[in-house]
This record gives sequence, C-alpha cells and structure tokens, in this order.
Amino acid sequence: MKMSLSMTVNGVAREHEVEPRLLLVHYLREVLNLTGTHVGCDTSTCGACTVRLDGQAVKSCTMFAIQADGSEVKTIEGFAGEGGQLHPVQEGFWECHGLQCGYCTPGMIIAAAQLIERTPQPTEAQIRHGLEGNLCRCTGYQHIVEAVQYAAKKS
Amino acid sequence: MIPAQFDYVAPATIDEAVSLLSQHQDEAKILAGGHSLIPAMKLRLAQPQLLIDIGRIKDLSYINEQDGQIRIGAMTTHYQLESNERLRAICPLLPECAAHIGDVQVRNKGTIGGSVAHADPAGDWPAAILALDAEMVAVGQQGERVIKAADFFVDMLTTALAPGEILREIRINAQDVGGRLGQSYMKVAQPASGFAVVGVAVNLALDAGGVCQSSRIGITGVAVKAYRASGVENALKGRVLDSQIIAAAAEHAADAVDANEDLYASADYRRHLARVYTRRAIEAASSRAH
Amino acid sequence: MAKKFVGQSIKRTEDPRLIKGLGHYVDDIKLPETLHVAFVRSMYAHARVKEVDVSEAINAPGVVAVYTGADASALIGPVPCASALPDLKVPDHRVLATDKVYFVGHPIAAVVATNAYAARDAVDLIMVDYEELTPVVDVEEAAAEGGPFIHEKFGDNIAYKLTAGEGDIDAALAGADHVIKQRIVNQRLAPIAMEPRGVLARYLPGEEELTIWSSTQIPHLLRTQLALMIGMPENKLRVITPEVGGGFGSKLNVYAEEALLGWISMRLAKPVKWIETRRENMQATIHGRGQVGYLEIGCMNDGTLAGLRYNVFADLGAYYQLLTPAIPTLTGLMLSGCYKIPAIQINVTGVFTNKVATDAYRGAGRPEATYVVERALDLVAQELSMDVVEVRRKNFPAPEEFPFHTATGLFYDSGNYEGALKKALEMSDYAKLREEQAKARAEGRIVGIGVSTYVEICALGPSQAMPAGGWESATVRIEPTGKVTIMTGASPHGQGQETSFAQIAADELGVDIKDVTVIHGDTSIVQYGIGTFGSRATAVGGTAVFIAIQKLKEKAHKIASHLLQADATNVAFGESGFSLQKAKAAVASGVEVPEPDLPVGQAPAGALPEPETDGKHVTLQDVALAAHLAKDLPPDMEPGLSVTYFFEPKNFTFPFGTHIAVVEIDRETGDIKFQRYVAVDDCGKVINPMLVDGQIQGGIVQALGQALYEEVVYDEQGQLVTGTLMDYAIPKAAMLPHFELARTETPTDVNPLGVKGVGEAGTIGATPCIVNAVVDALAPFGVRHLDMPLKPETIWKLIH
Repeated sequence: MKMSLSMTVNGVAREHEVEPRLLLVHYLREVLNLTGTHVGCDTSTCGACTVRLDGQAVKSCTMFAIQADGSEVKTIEGFAGEGGQLHPVQEGFWECHGLQCGYCTPGMIIAAAQLIERTPQPTEAQIRHGLEGNLCRCTGYQHIVEAVQYAAKKS
Repeated sequence: MIPAQFDYVAPATIDEAVSLLSQHQDEAKILAGGHSLIPAMKLRLAQPQLLIDIGRIKDLSYINEQDGQIRIGAMTTHYQLESNERLRAICPLLPECAAHIGDVQVRNKGTIGGSVAHADPAGDWPAAILALDAEMVAVGQQGERVIKAADFFVDMLTTALAPGEILREIRINAQDVGGRLGQSYMKVAQPASGFAVVGVAVNLALDAGGVCQSSRIGITGVAVKAYRASGVENALKGRVLDSQIIAAAAEHAADAVDANEDLYASADYRRHLARVYTRRAIEAASSRAH
Repeated sequence: MAKKFVGQSIKRTEDPRLIKGLGHYVDDIKLPETLHVAFVRSMYAHARVKEVDVSEAINAPGVVAVYTGADASALIGPVPCASALPDLKVPDHRVLATDKVYFVGHPIAAVVATNAYAARDAVDLIMVDYEELTPVVDVEEAAAEGGPFIHEKFGDNIAYKLTAGEGDIDAALAGADHVIKQRIVNQRLAPIAMEPRGVLARYLPGEEELTIWSSTQIPHLLRTQLALMIGMPENKLRVITPEVGGGFGSKLNVYAEEALLGWISMRLAKPVKWIETRRENMQATIHGRGQVGYLEIGCMNDGTLAGLRYNVFADLGAYYQLLTPAIPTLTGLMLSGCYKIPAIQINVTGVFTNKVATDAYRGAGRPEATYVVERALDLVAQELSMDVVEVRRKNFPAPEEFPFHTATGLFYDSGNYEGALKKALEMSDYAKLREEQAKARAEGRIVGIGVSTYVEICALGPSQAMPAGGWESATVRIEPTGKVTIMTGASPHGQGQETSFAQIAADELGVDIKDVTVIHGDTSIVQYGIGTFGSRATAVGGTAVFIAIQKLKEKAHKIASHLLQADATNVAFGESGFSLQKAKAAVASGVEVPEPDLPVGQAPAGALPEPETDGKHVTLQDVALAAHLAKDLPPDMEPGLSVTYFFEPKNFTFPFGTHIAVVEIDRETGDIKFQRYVAVDDCGKVINPMLVDGQIQGGIVQALGQALYEEVVYDEQGQLVTGTLMDYAIPKAAMLPHFELARTETPTDVNPLGVKGVGEAGTIGATPCIVNAVVDALAPFGVRHLDMPLKPETIWKLIH
C-alpha cells in the first residue's frame, strides 16, 4: 500500500508515492538522494540523522516519511544561506576543527543551530547538555563546543 | 533498522481513531510522537499491522487552564512542556521533568501522551504524573472516562487504558499545587540510553510555618512500574522539613519495592539511589517552597 | 624557505564538503540497478546448524538470490589473518557459516533483493534449525583443560602460547625488596565508528573488472586479500575508499562481507550493496582489548623497579580477523612503559571464545600494556608510601640515554619524560593539588589525583616488524598547469591528511596550499600503499610525501638550471621558484640586477603556453610545463615531473606524555566527577597543532569511555547484552571535562619531518590516568585497584 506524500525539502516541493513504513531518513537519502543526512544507529541514539522538521531538530530515523506529509524539512544540504553562505554553525565547525571523519557532523550542526536559537549565548555546560542527542566518536567534543561558542558569538 | 510492513491511517478526529482502534484492537498501535514505538518497530520487537497516527488530529496539542485544572493535550511534546513559561510559574515539575527526557531531538517530537500511555518503567513522566496526582482522560467507544494517576500504571508497559481506549488529555488539579509550592525532579540517567535508573518527582505543599501539609512523591526507574513513595509521604506530613526529617523520611523511598536489576545497577543499588535521590529531591523541593 | 603552513593551525581542506553534507560515504554512492544485501546471523553463541531453509525467502517479493555457506563458502577463500606466530592454531574462517556457528552475529546466509526493505523482510523468512551447544564465554574458563571446545579439531581452546621479554625475570623478582601482584582486566570494547561498515561491489562482465567501495582503512591491502579470496587477478580488482566515517582500527581489516559482496556481484553481474546496521556492528565488527592478566612487579625499597611479569589470557573470539593473534604481542612490547625495568616477561595465552574476534582498536595492545604498567607504578608507590610522581621519576631514562633499549627488545628513538612530566606538574600545580586533596579529605570529601606518564609505539613501522609491509608510498606530481597532486597510500578517515600533507607540500614547493590536492583511497589511481593505522599516516606516509618532493625538486632543479642556462650550483630554489643566485648573476653580467617581480605561473585558458624565463628566474610552474612539453630538457632527462617514493622507516617512533586527572567522588552514590584534566603530550614536530589537539582530545575520550562507561558484555549463554547504543555507553559531551592541553616537542631522527604520531596517544595515556585518580581517591578506604569500567555502584560498595 503506497501513499502519496508531499513536503517541502530545502525549499523545494516534493511529491512521491511511498510505503508508509519508509523512514523519513530513507526518503531523504534514497528517494531524494540527499545523502548528507546519515544513519549511525538503529535506536534513535546517535543523532547523525538529525534534520529540521518545521523548524525543530528531529531524528529522521525515528519518523515515517508519511508523518512529515505537508511539512517543511531542512537538511544539511539546505543549511547554507543564499549564495552558499555558510551558516554560522557550519563556519564554526570549520574554524574550530569541530569535525574529523565528518559522519556525525550534519546532525551535530543542525542540533547545534537549534541550541543557539533557543539559548543564544550558551554556557559550556549548556552546549554540552544541548548536544546530548548527538554522538561523536572522533573529536572528544571539545572542538565542537568551541565551534558552537564561535557560532553563538557570530549569530 | 527497517520496520516490518504495516497499514497506516491518520484519522482527522479522535472519534475516528477510537473507532479504528476498536475495530483492529491488538493488531493496531497508536502512533503519537513515535519515540518509543518506532525504535521498537525498527528492531522488529513491535510489528503492528495497522498504525493509527493521531498526529493529524486537530487540538490534541495544548496546555491550558480550565476549571482549576491544567489541561495538557496528549500530543503535546516534551519540548512544549519544557519551554512553557506559564507552567514554570504554576507547575514547575512539568517543565523540569520534561527537560530530563531523552535529548533535544526526542523532546521536540516525543509526546507526553505517548510516553505516559507507553508506561516504560524507566520513563520520566510517570514519576511526575504520580507526584501531581494527575488525571488521565481516556476516550473509548463508550465515551470518555477519567483515570486517576494512582490507578493508571498497572504493570511494566501496561496501563489502565482498556483495549480500544486512547489517552486524550492529562489534567492536573491546580488547587492542589497552590500554597507554598515545592516541586522538583531528580534523576540518575543510564549513561547509554538516558532512561531513568532512578527518577524522583516531588510535589510538596508547605504552610507558612514550613510545616508539610501534603506531599506526593513519584519514583520511576526502580520497579516494574512507577510508584508513589507513601512511606516517605507519611513521614513528611505535618513535620517541619529540616534535613533530619527529610533524610529519615527518604529512607522509606524503596520500602517493599521489588527493584529492577540491569547492567548499570543492581536492585540494592537502585533502592539506595532511590533513597538518596528522594532525599535530594525533597530538599530541593523544600528549599524552593521557602 | 620559511615555513608558511607547517606548524600552523590550518583549517582543513576536507571540511567544506563535509559541513555541507556533500561528502560521499559508501552508502551515499548510488549506482543504477543496485541490489541490496541483508544477512541472516546466528542468534546463538555456539550451535550446530542442521538446516537453513531458504525456500520461502527465495520466493519473497523483490528477492533475487539467497546464498548460504553451502553455496559460497567453498568458492571463496578463508577470511585472512596476517599474523604469523609460532604454533598458531588457525581456524578455517569462511565467509558464511557452514556446519557450526561460533558467535552471536555469525553470518549464516545472505539475501539479495531489489531494495534494502525487501532484503530485510526476507531475512525473517529464512528458517535456521540450530542444535545448541554449550557456549564458551569466560576466557579463563575457556583456557582450562576439558571441554567444551570451540574448534573440536584443536582439542582445546588455546590458540597459542607465547613468552617474550629479556632479562632473568625469576632472579629479578626473587631479588626485589617487594613483589606486588595484581589481577588486571582490560575489558572488551566496541570501536563504534559512527559510520558502520558498508560495501558496494560492482562487477562489469565485459571489462571483467570488479570495483569494491568499502569503508576501510586499508584499500590496497584489502584489494590484495580480496583478490586472493575471490580468486581474481589483483589488477582487475579496484578498491575505492570514499569518505570513511571513523575507523579506530575496526576498519583495519578484511571482512567476510567485503569478499562476499564482490563474489555476489560477479555472479549476478549487478552492483550489490550492504550497509551494516549498528546492531550488526556491535555483533560482527571486531571488538578491542579483552585481556585478563596477572601482574607481578618487583621493586626495591627506594622505588627502583626490578622486574615485571605479566601473564595474560587474551580473549581472541572464535575466529581470527586480520591481526587478532598479534594484538597481545604489542602489549608485550610496551610493558616497559617509560621506565628502566631490567627484566620483563610476558606470557600470553591466546584463547578462543564464542564471541566475535578481538583485533586492533585504537592503540591495539598498547593501551592494555600502558594500563598495566601505569597501574603497576601506582601499586609500587602505594606499597612504598611514595608519591606517584616520585616513583615514576626515579625510573625514567634520562634524555641522553636515548636510543633507550628496553627489556621488551625495543629501542626508543628519543624522549624527555621528565620534561613532559614537569610541564604537566606545573600546569596542574600538582603540589597544590595534593594540598587541596588533603584538605578535602579532612572535610570528608573523596578526591583523587591520577598521574600517568606514558610512552607509545607509533609510526608503524619497519617492515621487518609488520605482517604485511610497514612502509608507505607517495607520488608527487606537478601538473603541466603547475598544480600539485599528491597521491598517498595512507588512506585517512578523519585524521585530516588532505590538509596536513598539503601543508608539507606547499611549504616544500613554495606554492599555495590551495594549489595542492591530496588523493587517496583508490587503488586504481594511487600506487600501492599500506593504509592509516598505528599512528603512522604522517610519520610514515607524510615522510614519503616529503622525500618524494625532495626528489622531485632535484629534477626540477636540473630542468630549471637548464632553462636558465646556468650551472645547477648557481641556481637556488626559493619562494618564487628557481633563480640565478644574485651574487653570481651580478658577476656573470657585470652589473647589479634588480630583483624583478615575478609572475606566478598561470593555468592557461586554452592551449598550453611556452615556459617563460627572463634568464634569471623560472617559476616551478614553468619548470613543470617545460618538463611536460619536453621540447627543451637537459640531455637524457626523462620528461614529466612526477616522483613516486616508498618510504621504509628504520624504526618505530615513541611519543610520550604525562596526563593528570583530578576527580571527586560522590560519597553517597559513587558518581565520579572530573575537576581537572591536564594532558601534556609529545608527538615530536607538529604539522598542524589544531589537528593534533583534535586527535588528543578524541583519544582521551575513548580512554575515558573505557575507564568509566564502556564494556562489551556477553552473558553466560554468550548472548550479547550490550547489543545496541541504548546499552553500550559511549561518552556524550556532557559527561566530559574540559581538557587542558599542552605539548613538549622532542623530535625524532627516525624520519626527516621529526614527527612521531599522535592518533592513539590520548587513548593510551588517559585510561590509567583516570583509573589511578579514582583509586587514589579511594585509597583511604583501602582500595588499591579497581576493574574497569569504574561503575558508580562498584565505588559505592567500596565506600560503604
């Protein structure tokens, strides 16, 4: 049983027929070929799949695409501004070496951007707490914290 | 990672949802925020044939005050509760408990109704629900009924919701939380999952002289279901809450509790943590009441 | 020439694509008509497989094929193990189980379907009839005589026994004033690269070419091994390593799935893809550590170390992966730590258990050794009531004693252990920390200070000491347009060598870093290489780049001299290319020649220009152009400007450092909170300080994970209890302190860059530091040792 699905992804209207069990992350990756959103676990733990759904950071592995019918989704590919201007969080990650292998990075950037929206001048503790839904195995998080501080200053 | 096949329906009204659920009973599952159900489906620990998504029903997501009660729609997200300024003033336990759930992304999507109806023994909300003596409004084919918190949590992952019933709203009596309010939620999180090894919700009312008029203490994570620590409550009642009284009362936090055991904590240690965190949570609540 | 880039915190050239989500990991590569593979894996630790019924699955929607051990195992060679040890028992490790399954997650059948969802559905339709056998789980019980035996033909579960070390250990311990004994466990850990493994294989029947995209650390070694396993010519097999989402040793391997996917693609003549789920990753990707050992350390009354013996049972799992039996031998090599110990002996018993193989996980045998040695030093200090710093100091070799020979048979290249220690003591204000600790204790608080002074073995390594070559290769090419291309056999996966190698090249060639591109991870483009592991990429691979550049410059110099019609000795290479040396130029013309502004060679829009020279200067770009046009080269000069160099290191390198942690324990709950964490690391010369800090921080956190949170747990039935990230805790941001980092810099003469390697330092130095801090905190309760992970409950029990 396929169902019709329409949503706006990175500003582009999309329409497809999908199985209801198709996870949002698979819709983005396999149907739309937006492969910047990653899958790092199967228990909603790691946050590599984080995207923005109607302005809120969510784990796209823990949603069926059909639940996002009519919604607006933003993935890492749509995160830079007009003309490819990096988002301050993207810039912070680059400046502060907030990534090594880069696999957790898209989810981490989207979660960090949400954090700064809600807490514009976060303390280090708030940053660390705010990133509890995102695992990174490379950096030890310290440069990520610095990247978020950089972005908060810039924002 | 890939769930089994199912049929999906997103009814527009709660009545429609109730009717679908009654028709399909055990074959169907209600999909709210999905943050308990979807992970279970991805590991194929749950394989419902029909998902009834109540996310499209209008007006299931709200926080308002009516008839002396705080009323919370079942689809209200943890984040909406966490960030609600009015609640911070009139029922701070709700935002405080919400802030302890999962992580930011989980709180953005997960709902109080889904979490309460799922009744995970390590979930956070059940502790607060008990401490607030909340009422759960269930809708079934026979209409609505109100289930008291004390009757709601039946067993592990089992509530008093009848087959075919859907949790529609959670109500908290505002008059109960008047006076010199003291609330707190404290938790030991399992380091991998973030679930509660022990979570203690405290809701105190003190009189002007600092005497404990009433207290309700809900504890999650320790046993197969969340429970009220009535031994602690009795030991606090009518007493001025100094640290000795609090410490002595907290000793009863796990009386006669058959505690869970897992990789992180033995039953003994869990009971111990329940006592320590009960004391700390009462102290925090009591200091906020002063 | 002044160094503009080396030594600077240059932002990574890798990052723009990664922060925009435009990098390509294996699963991001989409080929038309790709089929998807899912595996049926054993649900038991030890069982006989009586029947695998695939009849329902094969007819399921979307299913193209199902392969079992009966179909594939005889046609694909065994999963290789590169470790050769005397009398090593080698089980026949096939890509799919045949008659028996040996661990939970052991692959039994592969389903191929038109999409991943259909493949997963069909897995549930395959019925496996098992006869359960008694599982062998505990490593010490497994080593005992009497069954059950995992590989019945061996008659026991002992894979090998090995004794190593120098000096008369019996005499040393007999002559010591004190001999301290301690059982020490290095628990099993899961590497958890954030990107699980993944393979995409595409066979082109016309070209008879097989391309395998794999998330691996060793593309070339993988190609060789897969060619042997599948039985195809190596030069028809191409391995491409796209972005790799972390490895930590877990992708320094050759896995059954890699060979099987290639084989399936050849049979079906279609691309096939398998992406590991996290649950599969926990079950079937290698684990690390897994050692249960018995330490004996002998010392004199003044703290001088007399001898160290370590008898260790290594939990190898049921089968070998690439380096499984070799890992404990690295433990043996590092048992001298950074101390003078006259006699050392390790006795390894490698043991089969019904678990997935252990193999290289960040540090690979060395963290285990460092943990043992650094715990041993604290035990000595406690026994003698000496300060933990003093007992370390007492046994350091002095800087002038290098190269320092250890009783494990190594020669440490260079070191200044006192220097790093001193800096860490100053940064942490150690004396004051001890005062504060005394005060805190008087107040009833539980505060501990942990010190670890570590040395590690890096830059793996001389080929004599490596199972499959220890050199690394580089090609440096200056293209006709002047752009610089570097091809490295090291295949980084997050370490940032696209940047750091470009830094080296830009400085050496006097070009902008933007004009350098570093290519890696494609066996059809890059000359043979070894890979990235063992903290080797910069020390060995970077050196190959450096030397290739020197050779390339020699050739460029000859061409430039020819173009300038000058003797080579009168031509100098500088920022702007090759110039006639000023004094000599002036002498030659008889007049003072002003220094002209030189144009940088520009890539032409259309046809190639002619090389330009004013007779006094020629840019490197013009030399490159001349080399490629080859119209005017020195006689007998080979055209082109490209050098390939294979660098063979003459030794390992031995980075070192001092870590100091301060912890406070919650008396009521046993919770551990960090107050400080200070790390002074010495990895020799530093190419990019920001990247080095990143390696240290990440390494410390993995160490911290082992110390406090992580443990792969199998229950008595061999079921994997920690099978998901909801059960296996890796550190999150909020669990960690802010690290205070500093460096000392003791160069090495092992390579001309003077770099030592840093990828594993944090993981090696930090684990014992943290445990030492907690044990120190608990010393007033009579605690002298604790096994990891240090769970609050354990600590609480000790306090009460």
